[in-house]
Amino acid sequence: MPGLDYKALGVKVGLEIHQQLDTTHKLFCECPAELTDDEGDVFLRMLRPTRSELGDVDPAALFEWRRGRMYRYHAPPSHTCLVEADEEPPHPINREAVAIALGVAMALRSTIVDEIHVMRKTVIDGSNTSGFQRTAIVALGGAIEVGGKTVPIETIVVEEDAARKLGEQGRIVDYKLDRLGIPLIEIATAPVIETPEEAKRVALAIGRLLRLTGKVKRGLGTIRQDLNVSIRGGAKTEIKGVQRLELIPKVVENEVLRQVRLLEIKDELRRRGLTEEALREVRPVDLTGLLRASKSRVIKRALKSGGKVLGVKLPLMHGILGREVMPGRRFGGEVADYARFWAGVAGIIHSDELPGYGITEEEIERIAEVLGVVRGRDAFVLVADSEEKARKAIDVVIWRVKMALEGVPEETRAALEDGTTRYMRPRPGSARMYPETDIPPQPVTQDLLEEAKRYVPKPPDAVVKELVERYGLSKDLAEAVVDDERFRVIVEALERFKGSLEPSYVAGFFIVTLRGLRGEGLDTDSIPDEKLVEVLEAVAKGEVAREAAESIAGYLAKNPEASVDEAVEALGLRKMGREEVEKVLEEIVAQLRDEILKRGERAMGLVMGRAMAKLRGRADGRLVAEVAREKIREVLARRG
Amino acid sequence: MGEYHGYTGIVAEVLRKAGVKPGDLVRIRRGDGAEFEGVLMPRYSLSPGPYVVVKLRNGYNVGVRVDPSTSIERVGEVPRGKPGEPMPLVEGPLKPPRERVMIVGAGGTVASRIDYETGAVKPYLSVDELSLSVPELWRYADIDAMQVFQILSEDMKPSMWSRIVDEVARAIERGYDGVVVTHGTDTMAYTAAALAFAFHKGLPVPVALTGAQRSSDRPSSDAAFNLTAAVLTAARAPFAEVVVVMHGETGDSYALAHRGVRVKKMHSSRRDAFQSVNAPPLAKVLPYEGKIEMIDQRYRERGREELVVENGFHERVALIKHFPGDIASVIDALVDKGFKGIVIEGTGFGHVSSDAIKSLERAREEGVAVAIVTQTIFGRVNLNVYSTGRMMLAAGVIPLEDMTAEAAYAKLSWALARAESLEEVRRIMLTNLAGEMSGRHHLRLYTHTGRW
Repeated sequence: MPGLDYKALGVKVGLEIHQQLDTTHKLFCECPAELTDDEGDVFLRMLRPTRSELGDVDPAALFEWRRGRMYRYHAPPSHTCLVEADEEPPHPINREAVAIALGVAMALRSTIVDEIHVMRKTVIDGSNTSGFQRTAIVALGGAIEVGGKTVPIETIVVEEDAARKLGEQGRIVDYKLDRLGIPLIEIATAPVIETPEEAKRVALAIGRLLRLTGKVKRGLGTIRQDLNVSIRGGAKTEIKGVQRLELIPKVVENEVLRQVRLLEIKDELRRRGLTEEALREVRPVDLTGLLRASKSRVIKRALKSGGKVLGVKLPLMHGILGREVMPGRRFGGEVADYARFWAGVAGIIHSDELPGYGITEEEIERIAEVLGVVRGRDAFVLVADSEEKARKAIDVVIWRVKMALEGVPEETRAALEDGTTRYMRPRPGSARMYPETDIPPQPVTQDLLEEAKRYVPKPPDAVVKELVERYGLSKDLAEAVVDDERFRVIVEALERFKGSLEPSYVAGFFIVTLRGLRGEGLDTDSIPDEKLVEVLEAVAKGEVAREAAESIAGYLAKNPEASVDEAVEALGLRKMGREEVEKVLEEIVAQLRDEILKRGERAMGLVMGRAMAKLRGRADGRLVAEVAREKIREVLARRG
Repeated sequence: MGEYHGYTGIVAEVLRKAGVKPGDLVRIRRGDGAEFEGVLMPRYSLSPGPYVVVKLRNGYNVGVRVDPSTSIERVGEVPRGKPGEPMPLVEGPLKPPRERVMIVGAGGTVASRIDYETGAVKPYLSVDELSLSVPELWRYADIDAMQVFQILSEDMKPSMWSRIVDEVARAIERGYDGVVVTHGTDTMAYTAAALAFAFHKGLPVPVALTGAQRSSDRPSSDAAFNLTAAVLTAARAPFAEVVVVMHGETGDSYALAHRGVRVKKMHSSRRDAFQSVNAPPLAKVLPYEGKIEMIDQRYRERGREELVVENGFHERVALIKHFPGDIASVIDALVDKGFKGIVIEGTGFGHVSSDAIKSLERAREEGVAVAIVTQTIFGRVNLNVYSTGRMMLAAGVIPLEDMTAEAAYAKLSWALARAESLEEVRRIMLTNLAGEMSGRHHLRLYTHTGRW
């Protein structure tokens, strides 16, 4: 974001990287740790807020419950069992997952705990059938070097992934249970990151370290970053679920901007003389009668189902709700999100977006009059819904505006695809965690530590050096391999095709060729690794030309169902044998006869140009050249 | 050196020396210099190993190994939170209908609080507690609650059945419209059958036993659902029988009311573990909709009978199962130990090994009643088909038709407490008192039919 001086603003960012581990089974049961398209049994559940010893309840949990939220779980028998269905206690923690995490801890020089205690962290959105996520610290402290800076690590945690949300229908939220229980490693850094770009670099470095264990999953959704962002005078905002690394700088930028703008709004409101007392005095006014004949669809819909339209004056707030706090989001949108979450309304209408929503200038005039709003000085908000919800929503609006007088509220926000964020829920207070009494503590034994050593990732520099030495890759290519999500696949391929394909061709296929296809907008990430290896296999066996690999991969990206054989067939890339090549060249030579007679052997370039135009990807270049030379000589010989 | 807040051995020693106790903020320095700061937690007894458990500031617990090079110091105390005004789950006052239901607590974690520090679940049953944690109960009745005792399911004894019967009878006499008994699920079927026999002569209102397969400290607990369904049953069911009301399927859609004499816990952990065996469930209960749908149309109607209580159970009754080894010695041992009744889960039709016939004869001579059910759970005993069965009959065993082992056990205990002779025991056991037996099984009663 141009114009923002991050250092001067006192930006502090901490990262929480969540990465799925590639284990043979899930963290607390023996189900395969992978997603599936299989359909499953379906059941409906509710979750209740539980009360602590002190009698208090998580307000967000209480709110969901009062709304009558129900969760519809889809449980494919191939990938879920009674543990995911919360019908059987968890099994002991997956030793492989713990060992991988300990291996990472060793690489980060963290302090490994002596006994691992699984905890229950309350999660009430239905994404865990139990109502809590099982999570355990395996190590504390440590650090990673990024760009000459030491970034301290706070905790290394092993925990279970949540169920996959499929959608929502009214009060019912649909979840699929295949993802529930897949082991995750969570690495949390200290909040020492100072710029958006640095946040990305640290995430990249941690991601690379994890990949080098050779035991993590790849692909969209297998790694998720949460960000803690604050600026001086602002507040710590927790941003959940950034799925793409490239998005990190944008998300940080937007959040910094939002906090800056909220602080500006605070100053502006204070300058205008708005006080909490003034807000305490405002009351909702029933505008149903006034708007009964309104053409506004939002209002018509609410009134049709027996609802009301309530309005409230927001003194001295003119223009504030319309202020942009991040690209495409106005302060009014922030207030609306609160109303949606806490009051369950579809939205609010505020005066800075009027006229609009089918509300006419004349209606605005009358609303202002009834509410005592001085236009150009005050603002107002309308809510059209059942009376109960609408009243609640107005309370929430006033509550949020009061917060604006203080600046930035602490909150948890969800990351969106475009790099903006939206309000999700309040930041949980002191983490409410209880021991998972169903799982005995796991001592970190010498055996376990030995096992962990196998997974300690080598330093990236060392891996690059190894690739350069062993396969003769250029340093740039080797670095790209280390940074690639398919690192493990590429290394395996290099080893497998050693002697049959040049290593630079193999690595180049994954790095350069696939990147090129991605540049054309093709989804190469979802091509299964095995298919890519098969493509190389076909090249190595001489079944297709080296140049054909690109179009085959492109075809596979466009046609996820197709096999490599089908792709080769469909593209007509089955490599030509000598006879076929000879036939093509005989034709070309016949057409170019005069030229050949004129130029002699120097006509080779011309013939090859024509031949390759026809045969590229379908025949081996060397073979074409060989045949071309033969045919030219034949022509010349016949003349003689 | 004894145990110290669950810690033993070197850990107890080190903690004592450092003068620290659970709840203290401590700093632990390991031999390798690593430091851990957090709140010292008590250790679950029976957890071995020289580890001390601390709760870190982020809420996680970790275990730190203690050896002679470990140092522990107290760096402060954690301010303990004071119970504030508890937050009710529903807004506004509860306006119950006029039906009154008594909830009798006899175990289980249907109502409980979690200990913030240890995570241990402490059962806690009172009206105040219920009104805060399961306020929906008041939709169906005005609730009173009392606790008879709080025990683990496996610690239940026949003498405790008598105390439950007394409390239930007292509540009925005081005019409650129904009674709910909360109970651990593992032995609930036995207690349910025992209550059914004690009240078989006259019961004016429903008695619903219920419990939880997921303890009530979890957001996903089935306790509130089951309890609400049980209260709904107690308040509104058209029948006056002893029933078990628990989840009908894995989801939170409906509960089933099973006859106490027919019900069996068929799964160790599922919510819908309870099934009626050799009989359909009595009714489907929909706690959210407030509806009860009868499945079995023949039932004892609410308000038709006066209360008649026949309380009292014999403690010296055993329940064993035939196995391929030396069953004869087991029967002999029980007789030697002074047991007055033995229920045997025989093979298929109800057999025991032919070499145990002599032991059965000896049991009869010693005045011990031997009753037979089948270990196949489903189906009926028949000792007329094979010669071993006929020899068993000749040795005086009582074949209990299609009764569950749980009902047979409770019934034999109840019969022995009142019969004067073996003949009278036989007569009681073979009389259908509370629907524990039936002559007809249609094809659909066997639950696995048609599933694959």
